[in-house]
Amino acid sequence: MSETRTITVIVNGKRHNATVPVRITLADFLRHDLRLTGTHLGCEHGVCGACTVLFDGCSARACLMLAVQADGHEIMTVEGIPPDGKTLHPLQEAFRDNHGLQCGFCTPGILTTLIELLRENPDPSEEDIRIGISGDLCRCTGYHNIVVAALDAAKRMCQADDGRPATDDRRHNDR
Amino acid sequence: MNQVGRDFPRLEVRAKVTGRAEYTHHLRLPGMLYGKVFRSTVPHGRILHIDTEAARKLPGVHRVITGEDIKKLIPEPYYGPAFHDQPILALEKVRHVGEPVAVVLASDPHVAEQGVQLISAEYEELPAVYDEVQAMKPDILVHEVLKPAGTFADLKHLKDRGGTNVALDYHLRRGDVDGALAKADHVIEHTFKTQQCLHVAFEPFVSVADPGDSKLTIYTANQSPSFVRIEIARLFGWPENRVRVKVPYVGGGFGGKLYIKLEALVAALAMLVRRPVKIALTMEEQFYVITKHPTTFRIKSGVTKDGRIIARSCEVHWNGGAYADIGPRVAQKSGFTAAGPYDIDNVSVDSYEMYTNRTPAGALRCFGIPQLVWAYESHTDLIAREIGMDPVEFRHKNLLRNGRPQASGTILKDAAIPEVFQALVKRMNWDAPFDRGAGILRRGRGIAIALKAVISPTTSVAVINISADGSITLFTGSVDMGQGSDTAYALIVGEVLGVPAEDVRVVHSDTDVTPYDMGTLGSRSFYHMGNAVRLAAEDARGKLRALATEAGLPEGTNYPPVEIFKKRYGMQAGNVIGTATFLPTYSPPDAQGLSSNVTPFWMVGGAGAEVEVDTETGHVRVLRLVNAADCGKPINPAVARTQLSGAAIMQLGFTLSEAMHLDGGQVTNASLADYKIPGMADIPPIECELVTAEQHNGPFGAKGLGESGTFGVSPAIANAIHDAVGVRIMELPITAEAVLRALRAKEGRPLDDE
Repeated sequence: MSETRTITVIVNGKRHNATVPVRITLADFLRHDLRLTGTHLGCEHGVCGACTVLFDGCSARACLMLAVQADGHEIMTVEGIPPDGKTLHPLQEAFRDNHGLQCGFCTPGILTTLIELLRENPDPSEEDIRIGISGDLCRCTGYHNIVVAALDAAKRMCQADDGRPATDDRRHNDR
Repeated sequence: MNQVGRDFPRLEVRAKVTGRAEYTHHLRLPGMLYGKVFRSTVPHGRILHIDTEAARKLPGVHRVITGEDIKKLIPEPYYGPAFHDQPILALEKVRHVGEPVAVVLASDPHVAEQGVQLISAEYEELPAVYDEVQAMKPDILVHEVLKPAGTFADLKHLKDRGGTNVALDYHLRRGDVDGALAKADHVIEHTFKTQQCLHVAFEPFVSVADPGDSKLTIYTANQSPSFVRIEIARLFGWPENRVRVKVPYVGGGFGGKLYIKLEALVAALAMLVRRPVKIALTMEEQFYVITKHPTTFRIKSGVTKDGRIIARSCEVHWNGGAYADIGPRVAQKSGFTAAGPYDIDNVSVDSYEMYTNRTPAGALRCFGIPQLVWAYESHTDLIAREIGMDPVEFRHKNLLRNGRPQASGTILKDAAIPEVFQALVKRMNWDAPFDRGAGILRRGRGIAIALKAVISPTTSVAVINISADGSITLFTGSVDMGQGSDTAYALIVGEVLGVPAEDVRVVHSDTDVTPYDMGTLGSRSFYHMGNAVRLAAEDARGKLRALATEAGLPEGTNYPPVEIFKKRYGMQAGNVIGTATFLPTYSPPDAQGLSSNVTPFWMVGGAGAEVEVDTETGHVRVLRLVNAADCGKPINPAVARTQLSGAAIMQLGFTLSEAMHLDGGQVTNASLADYKIPGMADIPPIECELVTAEQHNGPFGAKGLGESGTFGVSPAIANAIHDAVGVRIMELPITAEAVLRALRAKEGRPLDDE
């Protein structure tokens, strides 16, 4: 059968050691081995963006990466966005309050992309948002409320104590 | 307590923003096998031999199944909502490229996929037909004999009919079209075409079947779980209660996930191998499952010199592909309104659902209406230009109004056609001066409006349980695929029972638990199920009051439910079950295609567009898109608005970029990289206006509107292009190439064909 390799990956702040077939994608590893099914697979060829995760803090398509490529790296998925089990991140609250989703299938990829965008640019213009998530497709909403939600999220996050995305530091905490 | 009519967050939103929402996509069961599908490479052929030996020998392959294996389990393995014409796996013949021919089962999906690569098949290729008009000639037959399902009374007469590719022909005759055309000052005729495109739901088709000892459970991303149960039970010759269909949240449907898609296949496979089986298609495979009908629409109008349309004849050919799916319904139901939202005394409609050797076509966000609107609103604009009238004034003069008979003969009621049109005209500032651009960048604007009759008659049943602590659970077969139905129903229940909507739990789509629903389709659910939910809540409220009386509580007092239950049963015990069935009245069309009651409610939607055309490249930039729709009295305006804007942007894709390209029956752009749906960078500024009106028989005055946002987009853009540069595009999609070709042809220096 397929060749395997042992990898160590930090996912949402937690260290995982696993032996995986070399042909397994990062998306399948997250979804099947770690049971983090919030990372959705739409097109499986890097176009739709539903599977976007943060790879050492940078957005990446989990369907276009192999699990073995994540060896020694940090991954953040949609499950890693909330500050704790109970509270929603301001970005998630903004999507809730502004109806930034419908079927919800593309939502995890859009949220992870925006975490990176808002970290790098805490005060984005509408145009910045549009360019920043132009690689994420959505078939339901017509995008309007996604932009509204993202702008609202930036405002909420700026109003937070240090003015920076709350997840930034937590991402590196080994919980 | 006012629950309905306010902006309310979706009940499931927390699960969706945290990645915890359940989709069939996630499901894995112990002992489950993955199936991968071997598909036909020819558009039409007799199967001579399927060589599965190498695949069977591949280590890790559990079994390879062909149509002949299925036949041993199910002697008549053909399914479909209108015709029993689609085999679970191909038998004897294949009728389109991509048709499922065999399945490889393995515990590891990669092994199953590898197995598929090892299968080969030999076909005797037959001539194929791809065009819906050419298919009228019976020299190439997709099916030798028609096999109507018997579900629809008006299809029964087609049984055993052979020698034709016409799956359904619907004819409407109102007044004297020929006589009126002879008297008209202008007779104007055009032919418009639309392309094949598809739903592209982001959760591709996925189904899992689990064969238990006494029942088969199907977990599936499907919009019509009740139909799935009935159809699977029929195939196996079982009672309905041996089949359980569960549908969690669905990652987009748009009409694609209706009826049977993978469900019969996984059910048969699971019963053959007695293990759970999952089939999850790739995005590419979606191009071989179900699509939107390509159409050819020949439309002719007779108009008086003062601008009254006195006659209109419509001939529509629908390219239904290799299997009928719900196509015959599309051809008939959309046929009712093929002449548009106008008051025309003499109308004829001939609507033909055609079999061809393409991927089947079914319902896609409007049951065919956008294809019709594309033609009749482009045509209407052209008439106005020809007789020298302003397109707004011309439409105003001819709009159908409440109290007047629609083409089908049904008197129009609660259809806000003039109001929607007025909203568009106002937002477009039609009377104000308009910047027409300069140099190579020319600007224009266009407008379009449309009418739809909902799919009828259809049934919805709802059940409400009030537990002894007063908490409320609603059971409904509606599928929430993003349209927000769970939330809307919770608002209705909250309104009737006087509780906050967020406290209502909505259990959806488990046929062991939830009652019958015809399907979440065609903007029907909110009206039909919404009414059932309201009536069920009223039933529960009445029963709770009766319980209070039984408990000896004085009438008219407002005891909390928990006190009523305690008083009646001596402790926290018992429950109250409220239920209701909603089925609106309907009169089927007579021999003339006419009916006094063709729909319980009308949908009205329109669009306005401002565009800029680059006359050197043909590139069209939409500067502004205005959308307005009659939404009755919206239950949750925030969600209603997202439905309108989402529908408009989807239709924008069908207008400007989306098209399946065929070469010898083979789809040459079956991927999201080559089939272009709108992305963030393609979106124009869009305004959506909810035109509020009372739907007298709707739940709290509301009506369905999941589709209304699509109606006017395509013709509004084509009309705006014409306004800008004086060329008319007759076929969708409106690509830069098509516009440039038209511009160059107009200048007398046409581009070469290739």
